[in-house]
Amino acid sequence: MPQSATANILTILETSFSGIVEEWLGTQVKEGVKRSDLFSDAESRAQNQELLKAFAKGVRTGVVGEEFNLDDDAWEDLRAVLSEVSKERVSRGVTPTEMATFVLALKTPLFNRLEAMLDVEQSVLIRDVLLVTRLVDAFAIYTNEIFIGERDQIIERQRQEMLELSTPVVELWDRVLTLPLIGTLDSARAQEVMENLLQTILERQAEVVIMDITGVGTVDTQVAQHLLRAAAAVRLMGAECIISGISPMIAQTMVQLGIDVGTVSTRSSIRTALSDALQRVGYVIQKTEAS
Amino acid sequence: MRLRSCGVIDRKQTANRTLLAAMPLATSRDVVAARQAVARFMKDRGASALRITRFATAVSEISRNAIVHGGGGDISIYLDGRNEYLHVECRDTGPGIEDVTLAMTEGYTSGGGLGRGLGGAKRLSHGFEIHSVPGEGTLVSMSVKL
Repeated sequence: MPQSATANILTILETSFSGIVEEWLGTQVKEGVKRSDLFSDAESRAQNQELLKAFAKGVRTGVVGEEFNLDDDAWEDLRAVLSEVSKERVSRGVTPTEMATFVLALKTPLFNRLEAMLDVEQSVLIRDVLLVTRLVDAFAIYTNEIFIGERDQIIERQRQEMLELSTPVVELWDRVLTLPLIGTLDSARAQEVMENLLQTILERQAEVVIMDITGVGTVDTQVAQHLLRAAAAVRLMGAECIISGISPMIAQTMVQLGIDVGTVSTRSSIRTALSDALQRVGYVIQKTEAS
Repeated sequence: MRLRSCGVIDRKQTANRTLLAAMPLATSRDVVAARQAVARFMKDRGASALRITRFATAVSEISRNAIVHGGGGDISIYLDGRNEYLHVECRDTGPGIEDVTLAMTEGYTSGGGLGRGLGGAKRLSHGFEIHSVPGEGTLVSMSVKL
């Protein structure tokens, strides 16, 4: 009687499901990829059970003859569980190698059981081992793709967040804007900052702009040049520019570099810059009498 | 072959040094990585914040030059044998500098910058030396006391 290629694999998956889960966990421990520091035993077991259940479902319906494609609908459950598990693992800091080895460790329990079941029929054993290998390899490759995709998404998200974080122009008061600069000011960011700033000056009819560089660690000639150019552009728009947050260390370094800020106003803290700016637009900060 | 140099570095200091880090210089991100590495090594060895800011700025200046004028290169950070100095060597294989003395002149620029970088970097370092061979590249050695 011609037997379906997956019959033996399905039999062992159904008859010794929990045994396979345990041995899979055991192989992960042996390979050093279980990461008990990141996941509790119960969590690991639950993840493996769900993955194996979804894997078994895929094998049952998703293998035609000896061919399969993880993109088919039959493997939908496995893909869903896998993407969930991968996300969880990436966010806890599991490496791609650990993730792939984690999946590949499934071969050991499956091979052992196939061998025990089919010790006399060599040709069948080889065929089944080959199929299991192809299935688990595809499983592992798919895992890595998800894993890398997940990482790319995290990196892209962080990059976007940083870009947005880098150029917030804040209206502090009527006609007073502030631009807190953080991190490094390379040419691309300087251009973005400048465009954003000039546009906001126009929209808010600003008269004073405070550029705060408290969060800029290094002011070299390029950064200084970007700042001075921004200040010049602000002046051309008819507003005044105050550069604040110049620490004693940055001040000494700028002097040694020979950077001349010319007529641009500078202040050591955003606090003095603010009271200065408010005065220029006709306000004073005053203590209330009650206090 | 013309070899032009300028500055002072005690050659004895470069004898028994250990390499702390070497990294490529290709994009402006590498400039950030280079100066952060230098700042970290100095901080680990107890340098003052002012000294770190000054030297990190000098490193930033020189490594950006290697990218903008030299078309990229690499940077190596060394600790001298007696743990007294941090040496930084920044190398590129660009067109080189025709006249080092002119390049060091305040306000002189070939690339639309402020023209303060080289002279400034020299003032911000304790030892500073440029070797440049036109057509072959430039090597800048800088050091700071720890």
